[in-house]
Parts: sequence; C-alpha cells; structure tokens
Amino acid sequence: MEFDTIAAISTPLGEGGIGIVRISGPDALSIAEKIFNPKVKKNIRELKSHTLTLGNVVCPNTGEVIDEVLLSVMLSPRSFTKEDVVEINCHGGIMPLKRTLEAVLDAGARLAQPGEFTKRAFLNGRIDLAQAEAVIDVIRAKTEEGLKVAVGNLEGSLSRKIKKYMDGITDILARIEANIDFPEEDPEAFISRDELYEMIGEIAKEIEEFLREGERGKIFREGLKVVIAGKPNVGKSSLLNALLKEKRAIVTDIPGTTRDIIEEMLNMGGIPVRIIDTAGIRKSRDKVERIGVRRSEKSIEEADLVLLVLDAVTGIEKEDEVIIEKVKDKECIVLINKTDITGKVNIPFYEKATGKECIGISAKKGIGLKEVEEKIKERVFKGEINTTRPLITRVRHEQALKKALASLNESLEACRDGLPLDIIAIDVREAWEALGEITGDKVEEEILNRIFEEFCIGK
Amino acid sequence: MPYNAGKFDVIVIGAGHAGIEAALASARLGCKTLCLTVSMDAVALMPCNPAVGGPGKSHLVREVDALGGQMALSADRTYIQMRILNTGKGPAVRALRCQSDKKLYQAEMLRVLQQQKNLMVKQALVEEIILKGTRVEGVLTQTGALYWAPVVILASGTYLGGRVIIGELNYSSGPSGFFPSNKLPQQMKANGIKMVRFSTGTPPRVDKNTVDFSAMTEQKGDEGELYFSYMSENLNRPNVSCWLTYTNERTHKIIKDNLHKSLLFSGEIKGVGPRYCPSIEDKVVRFADKESHQIFLEPEGLGTAEMYVQGMSTSLPEDVQLEILRSIKGLERVEIIRPGYSIEYDCLVPTQLYPTLEHKQIEGFFSAGQVNGTSGYEEAAAQGIVAGINGARKVLGEEPVTFLRSEAYIGVLIDDLVIKGTNEPYRILTSRAEYRLLLRQDNADLRLTEKGRKIGLVSDERYEKYLKRKKMIEEEMEKLKTHRVKPGDERVKMLLQKKGSAPIKNSITYAELLKRPELDYRDVLEILPKAEDVPKDVLEQVWIELKYEGYIKKQLAQVERFKKMEDKKIPDGISYRDINGLRNEAKEKLEEIRPKTLGQASRISGVSPADISVLMIYLEQKRRNEKKGGVNE
Repeated sequence: MEFDTIAAISTPLGEGGIGIVRISGPDALSIAEKIFNPKVKKNIRELKSHTLTLGNVVCPNTGEVIDEVLLSVMLSPRSFTKEDVVEINCHGGIMPLKRTLEAVLDAGARLAQPGEFTKRAFLNGRIDLAQAEAVIDVIRAKTEEGLKVAVGNLEGSLSRKIKKYMDGITDILARIEANIDFPEEDPEAFISRDELYEMIGEIAKEIEEFLREGERGKIFREGLKVVIAGKPNVGKSSLLNALLKEKRAIVTDIPGTTRDIIEEMLNMGGIPVRIIDTAGIRKSRDKVERIGVRRSEKSIEEADLVLLVLDAVTGIEKEDEVIIEKVKDKECIVLINKTDITGKVNIPFYEKATGKECIGISAKKGIGLKEVEEKIKERVFKGEINTTRPLITRVRHEQALKKALASLNESLEACRDGLPLDIIAIDVREAWEALGEITGDKVEEEILNRIFEEFCIGK
Repeated sequence: MPYNAGKFDVIVIGAGHAGIEAALASARLGCKTLCLTVSMDAVALMPCNPAVGGPGKSHLVREVDALGGQMALSADRTYIQMRILNTGKGPAVRALRCQSDKKLYQAEMLRVLQQQKNLMVKQALVEEIILKGTRVEGVLTQTGALYWAPVVILASGTYLGGRVIIGELNYSSGPSGFFPSNKLPQQMKANGIKMVRFSTGTPPRVDKNTVDFSAMTEQKGDEGELYFSYMSENLNRPNVSCWLTYTNERTHKIIKDNLHKSLLFSGEIKGVGPRYCPSIEDKVVRFADKESHQIFLEPEGLGTAEMYVQGMSTSLPEDVQLEILRSIKGLERVEIIRPGYSIEYDCLVPTQLYPTLEHKQIEGFFSAGQVNGTSGYEEAAAQGIVAGINGARKVLGEEPVTFLRSEAYIGVLIDDLVIKGTNEPYRILTSRAEYRLLLRQDNADLRLTEKGRKIGLVSDERYEKYLKRKKMIEEEMEKLKTHRVKPGDERVKMLLQKKGSAPIKNSITYAELLKRPELDYRDVLEILPKAEDVPKDVLEQVWIELKYEGYIKKQLAQVERFKKMEDKKIPDGISYRDINGLRNEAKEKLEEIRPKTLGQASRISGVSPADISVLMIYLEQKRRNEKKGGVNE
C-alpha cells in the first residue's frame, strides 16, 4: 500500500479550530481538484507552487460548500514528503475541518496512518539520516496515542458497533466458505443465494442507517455529551451561559423556565463538547414540565458526563437526593453553585454525601469555571493527549464503515446478477477487511474459527 | 557396525506423497538421488481416505502437475471414480476429486520411481541424520549403512515417534502397521529442532460383502474425460460408486455410553488433532442436537473388498466400533476388516524453515509433508516438489525457487507454514488464498508451466502442449472481442428470448454479449460460430476470463498494490532486538521467523502495521548508512 495518496489533518487543533488538511501522493492534485473551487477561475494545475489561493471546499457528492479555505500546492520534489502535496487551511472550526478531510477521502485519498507523512518524508530522502530515530519515535508515539483514545470512552461505543458488524459479516463468510471448502459435509451449512442476499442486505442496511444517523448528527455528532442536571432554579442555565460566555438559554428566577432541552456546542481546548441543559428534575403537576423532566432523565442516561448542580444556599434537599441517586453510576462532577452568596463551601461534606468529585462555583460570577473545564478534559481523555486524535480516530472508523458498506452493496449486486459464491465472497471479504483494519484482526482465522464453531465439518 | 554405503547428491527420507515428488524432482533435475523408505510396501501408501483432490487440494495437484510433478499423472491412471465438486459455486472453487484404487496407485508410483534415471529407492529405517557442525552430511540407517549427501530431505510423514491408539490400547507404530521411527525425533530434538505432537485419525475399513447397499443412497461419479493432469487423455477409467448412509439416535447413544473407553477423548493423549477432521465421538458430543451424521462408504480399490467408512474416524475400542457400525442402516451385519485408530506423531515446527523448505539452522536439511505439520496427500506432494527442486538447486549451485501467494496455492501453503506456523495439522483451503479468483485449477498450467520449464522439470511434450493451449486461448479471446453479433441473427434472438435477456439493438461483440449476467457458458456454445472446433477447456478458460474480467482485474490490482512489500527484501542477519521502536512481541516474532521480505514480515501475527513502518525506516537507515560506507547502526 506504499505511496498511494494519503490525507490527514496535519496540525493539532487550536482553540479556534483552525487546522490544515494535508494531501500527499501522486493523485494529490486531481483529488484536490474534485473538492476545491478557487475564487479566481483557474484550474488547480495552473496554480503557482507554494502560493496560497482562496476558494471553497465543496462536498464532491452534493456540491455543497463546506468551508472557505486557503489552498496551497507544493509540487514534487519541493514538499515535506517530496511527493505532490496539497494543503488546505480551514478556519471555520472543527466540524468544517472534519468535513473537509472527509471530502478529500471521499474523493479518493486514503486516511494516513499515524506518522505516515513523516515516514514518507524519510523514505523519500527528505529527512536527514540523523533523524531516523526521531521518525520512529513519531510513528510509535502517535500509534500509542491512537490506541489510548480507541479504548477511551469517547470511542468505546463506536468500536463496539464495528465489532458487531464484523461479527455479522463473519457469519456470512463462514457460511459461504463452509459451502465452498467443505462441500457435502454439513448439509445445514448450505446457503441459497436468496438467503445470502438477505443476510448481506441486513447488515448493509444497519451500517447505512448508522452512517446516515451520523450525518444527521445524533450519535456521530462530534463531541462529548455533557449533561447539566439539577433541581429547578439551581442555576443550570446560568452555568451553561457562563460556559458559553453568552446568553442563549432563558434565565429567570421562576422555577421550571427551561422546559425543554437546550443544546450548545463548545470548544474546550480543542475538544468539541456538546453541552445539554435540561429541565430541572422535580415532581410536577404541570404536564409540559413533566415531559421536560422525563426528557432530562433520558439525557442523563445517555450522557458521557453529567454535571450535577447543587445549591450552596439550600444545601442538599430531598429533590437533590433523587437526582444524586439517578447519577450514581454515571461519570459525574458535582458543582456546588452560588458560592458568591455563601462564600467557601464544605467540599469534603458534599463529596461524602454524593460520592462524587465536587467543585464550588458561581455560575453568575464565573468563579471556578476554569477548574470545571479542566476537570472535564481530564475525565474525557484521562491525561494529556493530542486533541486532533479523537477526531481522526472517528474519521477512520467512519471511512472504514463507508468502505465496508460500498463492498457489501457490490456483493448484493453480484447476488442479484446471479454470480456464483466465490465471486460474491470477494466483496464480502473486502467489507470485512475494511473493518479489520480498525481492529487489527485477520479475516482468515476468524472465518475458520466460526466455521468450526457453527458447523459439523468432517466427512 | 556402520559401513560406507555410498555417496549421493540428494537423500530423501520417506517415499510417501512428499518423498516421491521430492525424489523425482531431484532426480529429474540431474541429481544422483537416493530415496529411503521403511518398507517397499509403503511406497505411495494412502493410509487414510482412498481419494485425491477436493477444493484447494485439486488446485495443488494441478499446480504440481504444471510444474512437472507426478501426483496428477498417477492419480489419473489409477482412479476408479472422478467427480467435479462445487460446480455451481464459481470458477475459483470448482474442484476435481477422485476415488483411487490404493494398490494400483502404489504400484503405478513404484513403477515410475523405479524407471526414473538417477534415482534409487531402497528399504531402510533411518536412525540418524549425520551433521557436521550446522551442515548435513548424510544419514545412518538401522542396519548400519552410512549414506553421504550434502542435501537430505526429510519426508517421514507420521512415522516419527508414531503411536497408535485404539480405545484403551496404545502402542508404538507408524501408520497401517508399519514401523515407526523413534530414534530420529530424539536426535532432532537433541540438535535443537523444535518439535510438536499432532494427532490424526482414520475410520474402520469394512467388508463390502457384508454391506446392504440397497438401504443406502448411491453416489456415482461424473461422466466424461476428467483428469487432474494436463497431459492425461483417453485413459478410459471406470466409474465405481460410493454409498451414503446416516448415523442415528442409537448410534449416538452407543458412542456416548462408551466415551470413557477412548484414551484420546479422556484427554490422556495430548496430540493436537485437526478441527476439520473430527472423530465421530467428537461430532456427537460437540453437535449434540444433531440427529444424524452422514456416512460415506468408499471402495479402497477394484481388487479388494475393503471399504473406507468416511465420517467414522474414531479411536474407540474395536468392539465398540463394531457396535456403532451395526447400528447404522445398511451396516447391520457388517464385518470390520481393519479397525479405525488415532495416531500421534512428532512433527517439526514449520516456522523453522525457509520458504525453500530448508531448515534455517541446519544447512542442506530440508523437510516436506506431514512432518512439517500438514495433513493430506496433496499438501505433502506440493511441499515435496518444492523441497526436491530446491534441494537439487542447492547441489547444482543455482538460486532457490519459491512461490508467491499470488501465483500458486503452493505459495499460500508454504507461506502459511513458514510465516504463520500452525497449531493443528494444516490443510489447504481455498479460503486461505486471498487471490482465490486468480488461482484457479483451470489455469494452473497458465500460471506455472513457464516456471516449471525454467526450473527444468517440464518436458518438451508438456511444454508444447501448453504453448498450443495458450495460443488457442489467446486466439479465441481475440475472436470474441472482435467478432460482432448482429441484431438480426436469428439464433441469438432466440437464445436471448429464451433466457429473458434484452434483445440487442446494435451489433455488439460476442464478449460484450457474454458478459450479460443471465447468459452462461452453455449459451456460448450455442451461438458461437464454429464452437465445436474449439476444445472445451479452451472455451471455458476464455469464458471465465471474460465473464469475471472485472473481478479478476480487481484482484490483480490488489496483487500489484502489495507487490512493493513482497519485493522489498530484508537482508539476512538483522538483529531485531536492537531496533528501537519495535514492540517486544514484534522483536521476538521477527527474530524467530526471520522473514525474507517485508511482505512476509507483515503477515507474522504479532507484527503490527506500525512495526512494519518502523522496520521500513530502519531498513532505509541501514541502506543509507551502508551507501555512506558507515558502520554505525
């Protein structure tokens, strides 16, 4: 797979979400051409090497404008990798950056492996021999980092999904291969083309729905889901506003003002965080409010992290205890609000009462908010981490799923055309391998294990 | 007292399916070759099923044939039934399987061996491989004969430390009652060769005259001139039937009630058996909800009443075997001629070998076949020819020959063995080949005859036949791609109508027409002008290449993509332990397996893509250092 065209976000993301998508390899220009509309009417090949050109990145499938960018072409050999390189400077924030990268990948580039640009630079003689060890360190460090994120909670659910799809595809392959390699041995292993079509179709449909949901932004929406919870009027909306540094949720002194769920995205040190303000949880006769409360409870269940807000003035009341019980098994930070009124609060007391880490804050005066941000980051990444990494890991997963889906669709077409099992198997196997690249598993052993588990082989 | 018994170029230990191909290849390449067998009656013995071929296996047989090997020719001359398997499942997995007359097969092989120039076959039990330092020098037999040779090929099958198990009875033995070789494995272990213990089983053989076939389903062979070898024609082989019956609830109860009588099943015997060839007791226990299992009765030959009971492999005691058999429909009055048994044996860990099948630590020492941890006659033959070729080339001072995964099942088989190793007796499967559509049994000659010719094993006759076939295929392909079908052609119109295929509006080429999914091979024969003048195998070849062109191109592109990795050589003598940045697991595995190319390295389990990147950087660093003339590493 050496020396195909690769792409990746090549800069760590800053606060403002400015970043560069770098493309390197023989098809760099033709790929860029497919997704870039320069402001000046020029072909990308006519652009002067090593100069910046303003234009729009457009989605190659829909033609929709993703971001206004600066693009530069660096022709071989005068580039970092000594190959043709295109760099796209995005400044519209994290989402456009991610979508730009996806557009580049959809246009035919392969997502670079950790440290791959540096590796190419070295192999192509761009980097000095003395730095070889450093290059190895880069590859190693980036790989380790990727692994750390992959097992972290941000990617956990995604990995589980991928495993589940692989499992389904393994079943299909085991059926096909048992038929082929052990003909007549276990009549139960027999599979008709219709059955096969159905089995493949089912998984293809699941993956497709999952990806579509992703684009709509439900599960796949970038960001950690942080839910603010607490009884009415404890200052949840004020906290959200303080974190957003602008007033968006309606804040009043009347309990129950936030009757629905308010969602905002914000960027904490480059990490996309989705903050959800919920209706206060209490027993209510108001029908509208009851719906709000039920939704809040559901959001808490789905949250990656809960910020439970308590009132320093009232202390822990009955209503609070109900919520404390609800967040018992969740990742949770307890914020004791309104320290501007009470002054310093008894943190050990609250920690004992809630069983969670507690921080005193004032949402109104902005006290303790920096600490809150730090704690969130700490919880999510469990230590220092390059902040583009989770994003890239996610793109990698999505790309793998897209590739798998395309292969499954081809195998469905082969089924429809009445092509034989060995041909259908080619595409199904490719689908498996696309996902196997993520997990590092080898298809052949998995198929064999499954065959011997499921079927009575042996004449 | 040991005595000097003579000098040879190559000594082959064993005259089974691996030993035969090794000895013939070596002798045919001009090396003075000695082949030693424990018994002249064990030459080309088929100690298990009386069959050759099957998916993956027939591919190997045809590849060995294309290279100038013997198995296909002898199987063709001695089979008593031939079938095409997987006919509806696609061109890549279609496979031949024959029922062989075991005795005829042995006699035929012995004839070929004894007529071969440069080859001497003798009966002797080898007790020691003579080494000088890390070089092989010859062998010592039980009767004191010292034979000298710079190359020794071990092809001793399941004879090393063999132990037969029938119920609670177990005794030291080779297969089918032949002598085992007990001293040799001791000596090998003492010389640091890593060995593992595997096991395999075989079913009882029963007397044909005591079987009620009227209660069974007949399974006939396919009609027509069907052969493994590209050279075989007009052999006029018989078509003797096999018979199908089933086990039942009572059978399963007898098995379950007697499980404690099997040493193998009680876990006292530790040899690892193959998952694809479970004993009947295994099947009954593991698939307890199955009400019955298939049992095939296969003739062992024309001149014997013995029948092989396929599906009944067992290590239960003889009396229980009889009780089990007699519970089966059609076998109520059956008599056992030979009981089924399990055999445990030593084999060497194949990751100690280079892809040439030469041992990494001992120069001139090659091994092939079951002793390398495989199972199956065909797998043995494939290794045999590779070991024979490379043994001979070593003597002749020529470059070794190996096979890529993208070029032959032989390549897949050997690469799997020496790079990945195996933890059960290894059997070839078509699913092990990632480029399966390229490695078809119908194109083995197109893939390998040239290579065999260069090696020197392909006769003029074979080569001419191949060139002729190749030329016809090319011409026919050209014809289909240029000749056009006219919309008004009545025969075509009728065919399309019959097949529910859209009528053609403008003239198109035959190739374009035949790519339509609803048309198949037989339809080509109907409409193609002068189709009857073209041999069927040629038409079939053209048809496959056209019909699956898109998929074939896709696989070729995959091969091309990976080629850079396969081509990138790793120099000998690298100290992986000292490469910074490799994970410890990768260091250990690379030290152990010592891959010759990056492609091989990437297939080692425990070596990650990041490790490969690190290795690439290291190799480049080394290369530049050497170019500079520097020595710092």
